Amino acid sequence: MGADLLRNRHVLGWLQAAPLTLVLLGFLVAPIVMIVIVSFWGATEFSIYPAFLWDNYDFLFSSPVTYKVFWATFKYAFITWALTLAIGFTVAYFLAFHVRSLTIQIALFLLCTIPFWTSNIIRMISWIPFLGRNGIANQTLISWGVIDEPLEWLLYSDFSVILAFVHLYTLFMVVPIFNTMMRIDKSLLEAARDNGASGLQTLVHVIVPLTTPGIMIGTIFVVTLVMGDFITVRFMSGSQRANVGRLISNDIALLQYPSAAATAVVLLCTVLIVIAILLRFVNIRKEL
Amino acid sequence: MAKPKVGYSRRSFLKTSGAAMAASALPAPMLWAQDTKNIVLRQFGTGVSNLNDVANKVKEDLGFTLEMTALDSDSVTQRAATQPDSFDIADIEYWICKKVWPTGNLQAMDTSKIANYDKIVGIFRSGKLTPQSTIAQGTAPHTVGFVDGPGGTSFADNETGWMTLIPTIYNADTLGIRPDLIGRPINSWTELLNPEFKGKASILDISSIGIMDMAMVCEAMGEIQYGDKGNMTREEIDKTMAIFTEAKQNGQFRAFWKTFDESVNLMASGEVVIQSMWSPAITAVKSRGIDCVYQPLKEGYRSWGGGIGLSSSLSGIELDAAYDYINWYLSGWVGGYLMRQGYYSAVPETSKNFMSENEWGYWFEGKPATGDITSPTGDVLAKAGELRDGGSFAERMGAVACWNAVMDENQYMVRKWNEFIAA
Repeated sequence: MGADLLRNRHVLGWLQAAPLTLVLLGFLVAPIVMIVIVSFWGATEFSIYPAFLWDNYDFLFSSPVTYKVFWATFKYAFITWALTLAIGFTVAYFLAFHVRSLTIQIALFLLCTIPFWTSNIIRMISWIPFLGRNGIANQTLISWGVIDEPLEWLLYSDFSVILAFVHLYTLFMVVPIFNTMMRIDKSLLEAARDNGASGLQTLVHVIVPLTTPGIMIGTIFVVTLVMGDFITVRFMSGSQRANVGRLISNDIALLQYPSAAATAVVLLCTVLIVIAILLRFVNIRKEL
Repeated sequence: MAKPKVGYSRRSFLKTSGAAMAASALPAPMLWAQDTKNIVLRQFGTGVSNLNDVANKVKEDLGFTLEMTALDSDSVTQRAATQPDSFDIADIEYWICKKVWPTGNLQAMDTSKIANYDKIVGIFRSGKLTPQSTIAQGTAPHTVGFVDGPGGTSFADNETGWMTLIPTIYNADTLGIRPDLIGRPINSWTELLNPEFKGKASILDISSIGIMDMAMVCEAMGEIQYGDKGNMTREEIDKTMAIFTEAKQNGQFRAFWKTFDESVNLMASGEVVIQSMWSPAITAVKSRGIDCVYQPLKEGYRSWGGGIGLSSSLSGIELDAAYDYINWYLSGWVGGYLMRQGYYSAVPETSKNFMSENEWGYWFEGKPATGDITSPTGDVLAKAGELRDGGSFAERMGAVACWNAVMDENQYMVRKWNEFIAA
């Protein structure tokens, strides 16, 4: 009887899927459900109480700050995406097609990951003394005679925020693109060349279409990371700029959990919509 | 509310075994000494007074272990309000107490068990430094310092014998400046928004304190007359924020800071030449050999005070140990230690015994130093002949214009603050 049950394909399948399902239920679905529930609760100075209120959403959608901050978040995400894509694609292209020896390829790839051996907070903060008013960048530029006055916009500005983002997240673009590029059949490139395609034509008509899945995966990484970030914006803008993550972290710091939860729900939906749109362009499952 | 865990059972065991041993014929004091060795009190609070030196000295003098956790003001509030089982002693500020007390996570203290209660500075009892003093605006410590009884939930307006927090440390805050980079005297809060310092000013991004600094500036500019800076109306909040938002958009501020270290780095690196600052941050900048002054301003100081509160779950032998700790705290050693960093102790006269005459004169009486004044870590802060910024205790604490506060319109203010940061 028991042996029969185990031989049943369906039961066995369910059993095999059960551990992962439970983990996902417990650590992914349940917390999100909890956040959604709390987003309807009320809050006082020091406590939260169960209720079903639209207040948090009302305030969120009626406040001009929300729109401003969401706009800033999209702006950071878009600019960071464009820059990481340009740099990431170039690096991956160089590694995949210009470096011939596999050993050197692997060595250079590992080299790219070295900065990741330190905490990303440290990598971010190390820009501050570099970019500061009396920092290395300004001093060097002044000593070269390029500028007379220190450049103020190097630090605590959108520039420094995006610089840090690009520095932190480019590797997330390099890895998936490099991965898909390595799997392109080299004979396709030879065929393109034999048929008289120029280097640029090969790139545009052969390599880019074949690396779109990698580009998409990288895009999803970078966009979600930037949209969910709060600490980079806080440190690199000297608290002068805000994105959605900072809105949430401010609310949490002030014990306004329901309002933080409502903002988190809206952010989550926004990110999901963005990803859904991205996936319309490429069927990742098919391409992999 | 799940009760902890391993610690709890160990504690219960300690209590019962302590009682059992007390019942036996051993003389009590010796037994006490035996028990205290195993007591662990968990204290958390802001960085200013959570010092490992204090924990070490407690171990040495009282025998029990004090575990310290340092957090920023917001996290401290959060923890006191939401995780009552995670601490035994809360080292919090008075305005935080106003927020946290209604949760019932803290218990009132019997002042008859506090040996030096009568010597505690008047600010924390009647609210007056001297009988002639006027009480400053904001959450003045005495207004949230007492409750009616051991279980009282609302604050009393007189000395009832049941204290919410035992005051430990307080100071008068003002703007910090870099005199070497400014090169002229500064004497008013208005200078924070002076276009001369465009891109070189900063305030702190902790809404409840930042709004007070803003109010000091707006009032000094003559733009707004506040009924009570510590409890503004919505209209007053709007006007204040409008003035600062305009300044922010004009590029007045280089950055805002949230932690102590950020304020030190902004000042030391020269990114900022004038900003809201805390006294030990000035000390930290100075000890790097950089000229930095805690500038007294004619409109007065924004003051704050902290104290020790006891978790409502403390009882029995731990509670006794906590009272011992409080009595020890007020007995002078800690006071002397803190006063050498520029803070004030709640019972200054006991601290005097732990300071040299030169130190006492410089820090408390506002007299010229007769020799080198050094920080607890040994850096020279002032040389012979130099005076403390702002003068004596009476001059500084007597010129307090308002206390750190939490307003009735706090939620509204916080939303406006978020707008300001995003603007």
